[in-house]
Amino acid sequence: MASIKVDGTLVEVPDYYTLMQAAEAAGAEIPRFCYHDRLSVAGNCRMCLVEVKGGPPKPQASCAMAVKDLRPGPNGEPPEMFTNTPMVKKAREGVMEFLLVNHPLDCPICDQGGECDLQDQAMAYGVDKSRFHENKRAVEDKYIGPLVKTSMNRCIHCTRCVRFTTEVAGIAEMGLLGRGEDAEITTYLEKALSSELQGNVIDLCPVGALTSKPYAFNARPWELNKTESIDVMDAVGSAIRVDSRGREVMRIMPRVNEAINEEWISDKTRFIWDGLKNQRLDRPYVRKNGKLQATTWEEALSAVAARIKKAGNKVGAIAGDLAAVEEMYALKGLLASIGSGMTDVRPAMSGIDPSMPRSAYIFNPTIAGIEEADAVLIIGANPRKEASLINARIRKTWRAKNIPVGVIGERADLTYTYDYLGEGFETLVDVAAGKGSFGKILAKAQRPIIIVGEAAVSHANLGKQVGRDVIAIASKLATGANVAEGWNGFALLHNAASRVGGIDIGFVPHDGGVCSADQIALAGKGELDVLFLLGADEYDMSAMGKAFVVYVGSHGDQGAHRADVILPAATYTEKSGTYVNTEGRVQQTARAVFPPGDAKEDWAIFRALSGAIGKPLPYNSLAQLRSALYAEFPHLANVDEIAPGKVADLGKLAKAAIKTKSAPFGSAVADFYLSNPIARASAVMGECAALAAGLRQAAE
Amino acid sequence: MRAAQVVNTLLLKEFVSAFFLAMRYFFAPKPTINYPFEKGPVSPRFRGEHALRRYPNGEERCIACKLCEAICPAQAITIEAGPRQNDGTRRTVRYDIDMVKCIYCGFCQEACPVDAIVEGPNFEFATETREELYFSKEKLLANGDRWEREIASNLAADAPYR
Repeated sequence: MASIKVDGTLVEVPDYYTLMQAAEAAGAEIPRFCYHDRLSVAGNCRMCLVEVKGGPPKPQASCAMAVKDLRPGPNGEPPEMFTNTPMVKKAREGVMEFLLVNHPLDCPICDQGGECDLQDQAMAYGVDKSRFHENKRAVEDKYIGPLVKTSMNRCIHCTRCVRFTTEVAGIAEMGLLGRGEDAEITTYLEKALSSELQGNVIDLCPVGALTSKPYAFNARPWELNKTESIDVMDAVGSAIRVDSRGREVMRIMPRVNEAINEEWISDKTRFIWDGLKNQRLDRPYVRKNGKLQATTWEEALSAVAARIKKAGNKVGAIAGDLAAVEEMYALKGLLASIGSGMTDVRPAMSGIDPSMPRSAYIFNPTIAGIEEADAVLIIGANPRKEASLINARIRKTWRAKNIPVGVIGERADLTYTYDYLGEGFETLVDVAAGKGSFGKILAKAQRPIIIVGEAAVSHANLGKQVGRDVIAIASKLATGANVAEGWNGFALLHNAASRVGGIDIGFVPHDGGVCSADQIALAGKGELDVLFLLGADEYDMSAMGKAFVVYVGSHGDQGAHRADVILPAATYTEKSGTYVNTEGRVQQTARAVFPPGDAKEDWAIFRALSGAIGKPLPYNSLAQLRSALYAEFPHLANVDEIAPGKVADLGKLAKAAIKTKSAPFGSAVADFYLSNPIARASAVMGECAALAAGLRQAAE
Repeated sequence: MRAAQVVNTLLLKEFVSAFFLAMRYFFAPKPTINYPFEKGPVSPRFRGEHALRRYPNGEERCIACKLCEAICPAQAITIEAGPRQNDGTRRTVRYDIDMVKCIYCGFCQEACPVDAIVEGPNFEFATETREELYFSKEKLLANGDRWEREIASNLAADAPYR
């Protein structure tokens, strides 16, 4: 600890603190452009100049000078810094004048206007005149992809974007070329950025040089309603803020949640919003004479009710990737009332058995816990695609501690170096036996993390036993002899927001029910009469035979095309839904806008349907549903908390006999940008996917 | 006191002075004007009917910055913006003023960085129906085209005092 006087108040701070951090500890505000908490220190904007006593006599960049760099006074007085002296004021005004020399006065047409650091700080710390009468510099705008729009005249060369892409996103594709007036931010050969985190540079940019392309000119920050919510595009559950105007979602921004996404979100999370407006199901439809026809809720519900009454208990239900806990609970209750236990939320042939304990299907070490790991083994997952922010966390840990990372499965660019061990089950067995260099590292590791991807657990062609064996071996690795007490390194990486919540509430086969693949097979054979698809589109729709398919969802995707009745439902921005992320953390979305047209919240649809079949569910409001849900599953009431899995349970799983000989692991996400119905309805995501697939030249 | 009153009464002083007052006004120039054929003078700062102006080359001035919408105390202005189809510049897709809500405070023209929205000298835009007072972008641009000469001269006249 070191003591320093900030504007006369003495504070005790760790000696490695920068002057800026010390000032923050003392409550003094320091303006800054280039400095960012989560990026390296650049010290090139010079906005954070302060006056120091006990250091050089000129203004000092407080972001780049540490408290320990200052020496105490002759009698041992603590060093001093000032943030409000005439020298500091003059320095700030000078820096601001320099920054504005080449900054165009185009705030009225700039999308950053109203939320611009330069605008705010020019008001707070600048002068109201310019002495610069020469022509301003003109810089050509760069193409850096379909998501980020550039306006390079506005750039003040803070290099936050460069540091973000190289440090956090792990793509060394942006750089600052040239010096002085010729300095320009550009991508290598003006290629599109290849990162799935590139949207974050829009937030990082303190001026309007990098703005959102899909959102261009659409709205102003002051006219947006801000709703704090949760993302459901992947199983990470990033904290987001949904900005809406009227009935429209205008954009999605990240919120800070240190435990999950820090302050980044993936591009899919950020740019999905145009998918919320396209291809929406806004009226109920019933198939008549082979064609879907718009109808009323009464008719649609009575059509479904009539079929359910005829079907007895031969009714199945499959929940898709975006289903919230409430609607799965309601649907499960509906099926239970007619004596069916055929519910499933897992992908086809998942090895996650309903009887398994919670620790076998959650990301036990937690996302923040990745930073404590000393070795990471990734089995059958591509975290960069399946959970970009978990990948960013692994990269952060890898950069900080250079932890060994091993990969079994698909070979992919994960933005950090890793030992590629092999592509399938045999390699996993070898590693578990301590063979090879990585096997030895893992055997010695005290805090290993074994990330098991959905591709390793679900093998549609090979059956469920492979997945179970993978879980068993991974549990064995996670409970090795050297593992530290209390460390649970078994990490199942789901890639859909609905999974953990669905498994938690038992939306898995129970009471004689069968899994999703078997339900479809039964439907194909004509032994399942009614099949509910709760936003489930990732299944073979042609295999469902003559079953009466009821699609409850928000978008006209594959499931809706196959459906006999479509009941339009709400998306995650249109309802308050509980989601449990891959860590097992319970989170709730909030309603930002209302569902379009006649669409209703999903749980209400099932409640109405239960009334139509004469077996009403015992709740009439979301609050009542939730209290019933919480009574049955108390851990869901603790929002933002994780009910931890027990390590001892993993020990039991690890003892299971291994029957599989060999199996390849791929990646569960084929196309990052098109993995769910909302994304498939989004034009922006389609463009990204086309670009990623190399169908279009980036620099056209 | 009493005597003076008697003299005034006898000499019809009030009658005579009233007669001359009436005659003075009878021959003085008339303050009433023959509206609508004649109109009174209007200040260059007069805040009348709104108009959206164009640049001399025909390009609309409005850049959809939405400052007028933000400042409007009556929330009479509704703007939707987006990149224009042909060149991608920032333009309004929709620019509506509800003239029934408008309180003619002139904040919109004060807020406008490009002098696009102005309150022109026209005060004769009474309509038969309310709907006609919901001004669209086309209507406002047409107003601008019709009144551009007056608006420009008013702005020039007021410029030295800004």
